[in-house]
Amino acid sequence: MKKLTVNFTVNGERVRLRVPANRTLLDILREDLGLTGTKRGCDTGECGACTVLMNGRSVNSCLVLAGEVEGAEIITVEGLGGEEALHPLQEAFLEEDAVQCGFCIPGMLMSAKYLLDRNPDPSEEEIREAISGNLCRCTGYIPIIRAIKRAALKLKERK
Amino acid sequence: MMHAVPLKWAGCGSKIAKMEIVGKSHRRYDALYKARGKAVYVDDLYFPHMLYAGVKRSPHPHARIKKIDPGGLKGKKDVFFVSYEDIPGANKLPIIFDDWPVLAPGVARFAGEAVALVAAPKKELIPELLDEIEVEYEPLEAVFDPELSMKSKVRLFGDNNVFASYYYDTGDIEKGFQDADVIVEDTYRTPYQEHAYIETQGMVAVPTPDGGMEIYGSMQCPFYVQKAVAGVLGIGMNKVRVVQMETGGAFGGKEDMPSQVASQAALLAYVSGHPVKLIYSREEDILSMSKRHPGIIKSRVGAKKDGTLVAVDTTYILDSGAYATLSPAVLWRGTVHACGPYRVPNVRVRSYAVATNKVPCGAFRGFGAPQVIFAMESQMDRIAEELGMDPAELREKNLVREGDTMPYGHKLAGSVGTLETLKKAVEKSGWKEKRKTYGKEEGFKKRGIGLATIFYGVGLGAAGKQLDRSGAYIQITEDGKVAFAVGTTEMGQGMKTALAQIVAEELGFRYEDVAILPTDTSRVPDSGPTVASRATVMSGNALRNAAKPLRETLIKIASELLSVPPEKIELKLGDVYVDGSPKLSLDELIKEAYRRREHMASQGYYVAPHTSWENKEGGEAYMVYAWATKIAEVEVDLLTGEVKVLRITSAHDVGKAVNPTLVEGQIEGGAIQGMGYALMEDILTEGGEIINNNFSTYIIPTIVDAPEIIPIIVEREFDKGPYGAKGFAEQPLMGIAPAITNAIYHATGVRIKELPATPERVFEKLLKAGKVELWKEK
Ligand code: FES
Ligand code: FES
Repeated sequence: MKKLTVNFTVNGERVRLRVPANRTLLDILREDLGLTGTKRGCDTGECGACTVLMNGRSVNSCLVLAGEVEGAEIITVEGLGGEEALHPLQEAFLEEDAVQCGFCIPGMLMSAKYLLDRNPDPSEEEIREAISGNLCRCTGYIPIIRAIKRAALKLKERK
Repeated sequence: MMHAVPLKWAGCGSKIAKMEIVGKSHRRYDALYKARGKAVYVDDLYFPHMLYAGVKRSPHPHARIKKIDPGGLKGKKDVFFVSYEDIPGANKLPIIFDDWPVLAPGVARFAGEAVALVAAPKKELIPELLDEIEVEYEPLEAVFDPELSMKSKVRLFGDNNVFASYYYDTGDIEKGFQDADVIVEDTYRTPYQEHAYIETQGMVAVPTPDGGMEIYGSMQCPFYVQKAVAGVLGIGMNKVRVVQMETGGAFGGKEDMPSQVASQAALLAYVSGHPVKLIYSREEDILSMSKRHPGIIKSRVGAKKDGTLVAVDTTYILDSGAYATLSPAVLWRGTVHACGPYRVPNVRVRSYAVATNKVPCGAFRGFGAPQVIFAMESQMDRIAEELGMDPAELREKNLVREGDTMPYGHKLAGSVGTLETLKKAVEKSGWKEKRKTYGKEEGFKKRGIGLATIFYGVGLGAAGKQLDRSGAYIQITEDGKVAFAVGTTEMGQGMKTALAQIVAEELGFRYEDVAILPTDTSRVPDSGPTVASRATVMSGNALRNAAKPLRETLIKIASELLSVPPEKIELKLGDVYVDGSPKLSLDELIKEAYRRREHMASQGYYVAPHTSWENKEGGEAYMVYAWATKIAEVEVDLLTGEVKVLRITSAHDVGKAVNPTLVEGQIEGGAIQGMGYALMEDILTEGGEIINNNFSTYIIPTIVDAPEIIPIIVEREFDKGPYGAKGFAEQPLMGIAPAITNAIYHATGVRIKELPATPERVFEKLLKAGKVELWKEK
């Protein structure tokens, strides 16, 4: 397999890697960079567990190939809050008990962040629309909806 | 959310007059690190010189394996290959009949069965390496339908392909039906259900220097895995250590299946001498791992004019797939639950688990009960309709009360909240009003409301009682904190949190001062599986037993230090209380205990209460029962057959909610899984092979489908449960399907007898019933 060199940033840090051209962003994050917070539930773009932000947009990292990452800014769950502080979304997920097995949660958080970045005051309809690509088998989604609403309020208060 | 706390807990000589921590919604123990992406699941583990593994699978539903040729793999550096011939121990997974081999030995009996294994240093090499293995098959005649299988000449098990069969008879069934004023009779069919845990199966096996094996992975039952791996490798169980990693959902699908995955990883680790990681792809997980059994339920129910049930006759057939695995246990539970939570004087139940050349079915939330519940609760609504009765009234009339005897002969001593769940759900949902107004809408969208009442035997019951015991370990550290370990597992249901609350309550710690050690077979004795909603009761009681001597020691020292009699001492929330005021910090007390060289660690053990079962008479099947009522409101689109669930009211008698928010979370999640079962989930097979093996073809509910859920908690305490709790996690799924199909009937007059109620199926029924034309004419 042809290899290529890619330069990009992850959670604000510069990365330079030489990887096979068919390597996915998900594998780069998990296997090459040890950022295992991003999860693999299908590897085919169907579950949303691998969602990260790429240049501010949410993507299924299992569908993004190495070549597309060149020059990109990637944010993963590890870059959502700081080492110390939690992002308001994380706080809200804890407060609403929206985390059960936890496997879908990193992807959920990133999809939710993309939503709130664009739309700080989403309706329930818009929340459902934004999260429709993220499967969760544990929570029934109800606490996740509550948590995203709560996070939106928190963000507003902080402004 | 706070719930009222009962004032007394009179058990185990506890001095706690009022609960400080149990009954309150403390923050989930494992939520913080999960939300930060720091939780370590099995695929997040890396060991030096670790290899990656893959499984070669049979494409045929039934075939003789004539030759397995590793082809070019032989001699490839750092590439390792295993077929059944290389297995050092027994090629059988121990469960009930021990019939499922790790690798097909000569004959493969379902499409997707494991045939050979390969490991290599790079993950991306695995697909090509698997392609290099050549397997020569001779296809054999196969059987896919359980009813045909019983008469088929294809031999899969015994002389009729029936893995297991149960029966019981109560009263006089013939006379029961003679006395009935109304009889309904029908056949109901239920589909496969795929667990669809978002984390697929996975294991890492690490050889140890003494010839043993360490296993890290996603699982519900580490002690099953320990036994399986020891057997396959032919080594002692004392040399196999199993550690549960964070588990990304299970729902029964990680009860017995992880034994299979772990054995495969362990074989490659044994052969290579390297750590081996085996993570299933979504496709192979759906193809080869267990599912909820498809069921066929033939039911005949008779009642008097006033609604009193007089006879129930049920024949229950499960499509078990190629190997028995847990089928006998699943079938038994379904058999026990066949007649619902009702007083029925005359009963006849016959049940069969039948082998077919398809993926083996096993445990899934509800374990054989959801199928029979669908049939019985549909039948109840039909009786109500025949008699012109309100379905809720019919249930109220027949539901068991305290002191009643279940149809299989179990007299209910206490903790029977059935009626209360019904009353609360009926009230909260606005049932009476909506029964009148729904269905009368103008236009092509019709609303309906339907209900189901269910019961669930908690714990393994009489069929699994040899496994029904649990161990626990508690260690108080000198800095005034406490850590504990249990042998049951967290898979998202909230066990860790509930147990941490129990430990804090028992010993007077603040919740924040409790830490939980990973579940590890080397830490506590065999505690049985984490299934059947048993972890809170079993580990909770084992922990209470472990806490007892520690508490006694601490109270003895406190009484000496404070010069007050021990019965005046209370340990709570990090302090030592006398007459309601804090006199000493728990930290200080523990320091003193350390100074005195007291033993500040303790083991606890708990054996489940008595249960019994005999074919024919039945018996005291389970230690206690959980009860629930589900009410679903739907809107049916007459033009498309699409069913939208608007609201689910789900009332549960849980004994005692150790953490009400967690209980509500289970109610919500289970309701949506139950809705998937009712409306959309089905595994499709062609010639025995699963054709929808991914999430774009196997559809589970998304956030768009999630209706409003109204959880209701009823607490009828169980005297042998920790603080009255009686186990809870499966019940939320159960009964949702018939509540929905009963609501569809209320909306449209169309009865769904086969799940799932997909738009196609509903539309076809509407068309046949002339409902669509009716609308057109208007
Ligand atoms: S792993 Fe990428 S969408 Fe499922
Ligand atoms: S919390 Fe388990 S999949 Fe969402």
